[in-house]
Amino acid sequence: MAAITRVWRIPLVRHGVLGLLALVVMIFVLSQLSPFRNAQMATMAYLAIAAGGLTVLTGLSGQLSLGHGAFLAVGAYTSAYLLKDGDPPFPLVVVMLVSVVITVVVGAVVGVAAARLKGPYVAGATLALAVAVPALVRYAGGLGQEQGLHVVVPDVPRWFDDTIWQITGVDVDPTSYVAYLGWIALIVSYVLLANLMRSRTGRNWRALRDNDVAAEIAGITLGRSRVLAFVVSTAAAGLAGAVMALAVRVAAPSGFPVDLSLTLISAVVLGGLGSLTGALLGAALLTFLPQAVTSWGTSAGLSDVQAAELAPVVYGLIMMAVILLAPAGVVGSLRQLWQRRRGLV
Amino acid sequence: MTRTTRRGHRLRGSAGAVALLLVGALALAGCGRDQSSRDEGSAGDSTGVTDTSIKIGATYPLTGVAAPGYSEIPKGVKAYFDYVNDHGGVYDRKIDYVVKDDAYNPTTTSSVTNELVLKDQVFAVMGALGTPTHEAVVDFLNSSKVPDVFVSSGSVTWGDDPTKHPWTFGWQTDYESEGKIIGKWIADNMPHAKVGLFLQNDDFGASGEKGLRQYIDKQIVAVSKYTPGGTDVTPQIAALKAKKADLVVGFNVPSYTALSQLVAMKLNYQPQWFYSNVGSDATLVGSLLANFSKGQVKNGAALLNGVMTTAYLPTVDMTDDPWIQLFEKVWKANGVKGPLSNYEVYGMAQAYTFVQALQAAGKDLTREGLVKVLEEQGGSLTGPVYAPYRFSADSHLGTSGMKVVKLEGGKVQQVTGVETTDIGDAAITNADQEEATPPADGIPPAK
Amino acid sequence: MQQFFTTLLAGLTLGAVYAAFALALCLIWRSTRVVNFAQAPMAMVTTYVALEVIDHTGSYWFGFAVALLAGLVLGAVVERGLVRFVEGKSDLNVVILTLGLFVVLHSLAAIVFGQDYKSFPAPFGLRGLHVAGHDIAITGFGIFTLIAVAVVFGLLVALFRFTDLGLKMRASAFSPEVARLLGVRVGKMLTLGWALAAVVGSLAGLLVAGGNLVFPQFMDSVVVYGFVAAVLGGLDSPAGSVVGGLVLGLALSFVSGYAASDLVPITALGILVLVLLVRPGGLFSHVAERRV
Repeated sequence: MAAITRVWRIPLVRHGVLGLLALVVMIFVLSQLSPFRNAQMATMAYLAIAAGGLTVLTGLSGQLSLGHGAFLAVGAYTSAYLLKDGDPPFPLVVVMLVSVVITVVVGAVVGVAAARLKGPYVAGATLALAVAVPALVRYAGGLGQEQGLHVVVPDVPRWFDDTIWQITGVDVDPTSYVAYLGWIALIVSYVLLANLMRSRTGRNWRALRDNDVAAEIAGITLGRSRVLAFVVSTAAAGLAGAVMALAVRVAAPSGFPVDLSLTLISAVVLGGLGSLTGALLGAALLTFLPQAVTSWGTSAGLSDVQAAELAPVVYGLIMMAVILLAPAGVVGSLRQLWQRRRGLV
Repeated sequence: MTRTTRRGHRLRGSAGAVALLLVGALALAGCGRDQSSRDEGSAGDSTGVTDTSIKIGATYPLTGVAAPGYSEIPKGVKAYFDYVNDHGGVYDRKIDYVVKDDAYNPTTTSSVTNELVLKDQVFAVMGALGTPTHEAVVDFLNSSKVPDVFVSSGSVTWGDDPTKHPWTFGWQTDYESEGKIIGKWIADNMPHAKVGLFLQNDDFGASGEKGLRQYIDKQIVAVSKYTPGGTDVTPQIAALKAKKADLVVGFNVPSYTALSQLVAMKLNYQPQWFYSNVGSDATLVGSLLANFSKGQVKNGAALLNGVMTTAYLPTVDMTDDPWIQLFEKVWKANGVKGPLSNYEVYGMAQAYTFVQALQAAGKDLTREGLVKVLEEQGGSLTGPVYAPYRFSADSHLGTSGMKVVKLEGGKVQQVTGVETTDIGDAAITNADQEEATPPADGIPPAK
Repeated sequence: MQQFFTTLLAGLTLGAVYAAFALALCLIWRSTRVVNFAQAPMAMVTTYVALEVIDHTGSYWFGFAVALLAGLVLGAVVERGLVRFVEGKSDLNVVILTLGLFVVLHSLAAIVFGQDYKSFPAPFGLRGLHVAGHDIAITGFGIFTLIAVAVVFGLLVALFRFTDLGLKMRASAFSPEVARLLGVRVGKMLTLGWALAAVVGSLAGLLVAGGNLVFPQFMDSVVVYGFVAAVLGGLDSPAGSVVGGLVLGLALSFVSGYAASDLVPITALGILVLVLLVRPGGLFSHVAERRV
């Protein structure tokens, strides 16, 4: 028993086991969902991956990026470019990895520049980036300009279909295939991120966020640590972009407006800064809330146009309410409440 | 606080994520599997059709930068469908019209189209708007075998290759054909003009330019492009003026017609203007210009005097046109508050065409049947549009031509008859036919 | 040659608008150490208020005055009603609060005022000036824009340099505790900072709108470029805001006229990155970088 507890205390083991558990559960759940719900789950997956990355950047390292939509664009375009003719020369996993690598390269360059800057200057530079990347894509040849690139999702591999069928007894259709891929990517990335957050690197980030002077005196290199956080968050954004390309089936400049970057930030805020669980919750809200609010608005007698504006009003209000009433986010506040009850605080 | 308690808390942190996953997942699973109501017998697919209703969907930008103007189209469609429903529907079926907002963002188009097809289970998508937005879903709609008719965009993609998109149909005159008709008119009537192009920087502008260059390649002295939602267009218009263009052809949206006119006033630049159909809504642009400067621009519409444009549909200023009279009547009976606009006329004309197709498809409505009837009989449908549709097994492109017209005092004056053509090097022919008049009750007759 | 001057003048007027917006951001930064991302939608709302007033009374200047007043009230209300509760907490909280306000105001405006394009009148006519037989590609309203920005700049400099009030505002922002000890009513100063910044923001909105189309998103490009201009100049300096705005306006105008409009955002990013790599605190930062 003691041995198990000791092994359980190793973050990698703990997160790995929990991740596997989540994976099994998700495979069963996705196999039971309708194609429409599967498509929504794919959307939630890419929002959650990107929000997870932003959680590291904003929640842990304290840098605010208003331009993460640009990194999603890099990831999505890389995947779309490799998949535009249907049959990629290598497996889909490799396509996704290449997307991550390319996004990381771009992210590293931006991160190095951003690490020199303080708060609002990072925000300004990343905001300009969010506008510049879609415009650059529009201008560049070979990327389909305004129409963007079509993504042809490869056929479901036989072995994948067989495996899922053996586990759940349900066949994999193209829509659920993307949902499976998205959730596998989500779980893998969250396991990795959770490990990182529990590691020395994660502690350094938190130390820098809370008091950069003290942290530097303690021997943490400010610049390197901030660049690393930026790179990690862009890796997540690249992966999210790859899943997004598969889920949306197109990568076009108008798919990456400034709103997307703001949406990602709100996902991080809705759940609570600095917590992956919160990012997941925020992504779920963003995926399921607009549809619910819009249909509620229509049934309450609003015109289509007014009902369509209602969803942003609601999530903007939630965002403000969270900051005003529960600055630690929904998850953080619940945790605080729990701790207070147990007399720990 | 001991180390163990803190560890315990950490553990709860990651366990929390998994617990949330589980709860969320089970909640979703609880929603159950939407049972597809598809009837895939040999008779064809009649998803979305019941004995008393037909469910139709569409996506439009109701919010965001593209919303002004375009968000009015579905109001017109809805008003006409409601009018038909109030008069008994089509084969006793009421049309249930579902509109989704995509904010002109292809990502959103993709997710709301999923919703229309997979959740709402619409019979067909009718009039979905936008080139980049609809590009995102055209493959999905075709692989799901959902009729995707009368796309609200003049891109040639919707109809030039029916083997690629067998379920998709265009509706309005494509931008390339429009460019050709404008180009030929300029070559015939203003062969010495130095032409400047003012283009929206996307497929719309590019297709128009392609058509124009077939006829007036050598006459073009300058090309300026703008990005919608971008900054001031003064530099672009100044570039045209610097190249001494005395005829400017604009493939731009209406707001940029107003802006280009304002900039021209500022620069004291007075070329002949020739706007494509999309940008030439005289009522809208005129009222925008009129309001700009109380006392400075007395009559906004007068600013547009002498501006050339094209038309494939009657417009609200033609109060004598029987179609406009019909649409005014429909708008009064079933529309929302405010005067009828050309956007709503556009939507009603599409809805009229759709009801024609439903009537022709007969009582046993299937998705396959709708496509078949459009391919077989679509070319002979007549309605508010001036030129015949090109619908056949070889082409799913919409109406084939337009008139060249001139704006005078906010009204449209005919310059040429109906010129018809097709994409590529098809010739332009004058095809004046008897203009169709609407049926007495305003609803296309059943087969 | 004429094209060059036209593009130059267009760039100057565009730059003046960015400068006005950047001045508003600078003012709020100086007096509260916060970047207000809801500045643009707040200005959008007050511009719509002006339009309603103009439509009902027919007087441009009455609408103009009402919009500035509405800005004053809105700024104060936002500070008292929302920002007050997160003051002194992490900077990130305020920023996210203003982002939330951004989203809400945007959508509410679309619901209340509608999605249509509306044309906003300009008081001085829309034709270019005609001097000594030459066309000069600037309208009366363009000249008004340049003058208005110059006046606001002058007033701000005077406020912070020569008045007691300006000093108190800066003190409250820099070090609230010390200021409080010295008898400054910090709370009042912060409210005043927000209110004044919102007035300048409203002015920027009116300058963008004059002789232009108004719709709920009409300030969107100003959000990005105005912010870039402010950062370019170094958020702390009114002179920096004006220079940043003008540099950006001119650069964007020339790129748009001589290269391609799609290169405009990249140019903005390029200029910003170049400047920030050389001077991480912006062009006019005189606050020394903190060394450890």
